Amino acid sequence: MKELSLNILDIAQNSISANADLIYITVHENISENYLKIIISDNGKGMSKEFLKTVTDPFSTTRKTRKVGMGISLLKLVTEQTDGAFSIQSEIGVGTVVTAEFTLNHIDRPPLGDIEQTISTLISCNEHIDFVFTRKVNKNEFVLDTREIKKILNGVSLSEPDIIIWIQEYIKENENNLLEE
Amino acid sequence: MKSLADLEAIRQKTINKVNLRNENEGDTRIVVGMATCGIAAGARPVMQAFVEEIQKRNLNGVYVSQTGCVGLCKFEPIVEVYLPGKEKVTYINMTAEKAAKVVNEHIVNGNVISEYTIGNLE
Repeated sequence: MKELSLNILDIAQNSISANADLIYITVHENISENYLKIIISDNGKGMSKEFLKTVTDPFSTTRKTRKVGMGISLLKLVTEQTDGAFSIQSEIGVGTVVTAEFTLNHIDRPPLGDIEQTISTLISCNEHIDFVFTRKVNKNEFVLDTREIKKILNGVSLSEPDIIIWIQEYIKENENNLLEE
Repeated sequence: MKSLADLEAIRQKTINKVNLRNENEGDTRIVVGMATCGIAAGARPVMQAFVEEIQKRNLNGVYVSQTGCVGLCKFEPIVEVYLPGKEKVTYINMTAEKAAKVVNEHIVNGNVISEYTIGNLE
């Protein structure tokens, strides 16, 4: 994967498969402390202690079409390549938190990429799930909460192309503002 | 600067659009494979191209959604197109350029682009 935002899209699919109805995605870059941190947390069904132990192994998967599951191992690999850290916490019936931290200025750190496309894809394809996306640069942050958007849209579908494009532009503008500050 | 207040206007516009449609017309669905294999092969820009093309042409009742891995990872990005009353068409090895073509040829004009379909393999 060439962009971290693609890893985010991928990892969030696990939360969707776990029947979460609320998913938090946080991307925090801190320039003075030189890290980029991604946190994906959900209220899905969670994993057993036994499965959690094997979950970063590429030969561990719940899917039935084949016997490998690459998503988490791919993301963990990138954190290791950038002298970062990876952790995953989970509890049955409560949910799962995946935290990936990278050295911000490490030469091997992939760019974050088009995070607005990742978030809008997740939102528009999973209308029954609420997403809270937080983009943080140093101490400033921007939050997008689909519960607020749904309240305004009042029944109009989030998969309408006009709304998808609006969400992307809204995220992009706010992200650019954060980066300029 | 965009604000949440813009959504009210988009909402109105969408409602007007939906009201214009004949209730008997079914929706067209475009389904993009979005498992690790699909994403790594470039599914997200393909989905983006579909959304942009549908918006640009102001198409009504055409929706893009996602699915998981169907076990044909080496042919990803895979896209399935469901036109109302028609059989499913499966496109393989998709790109953003091909996606724009599929909207124009298949979804607007009703002509399946056979050379992009999985049936063309044989």
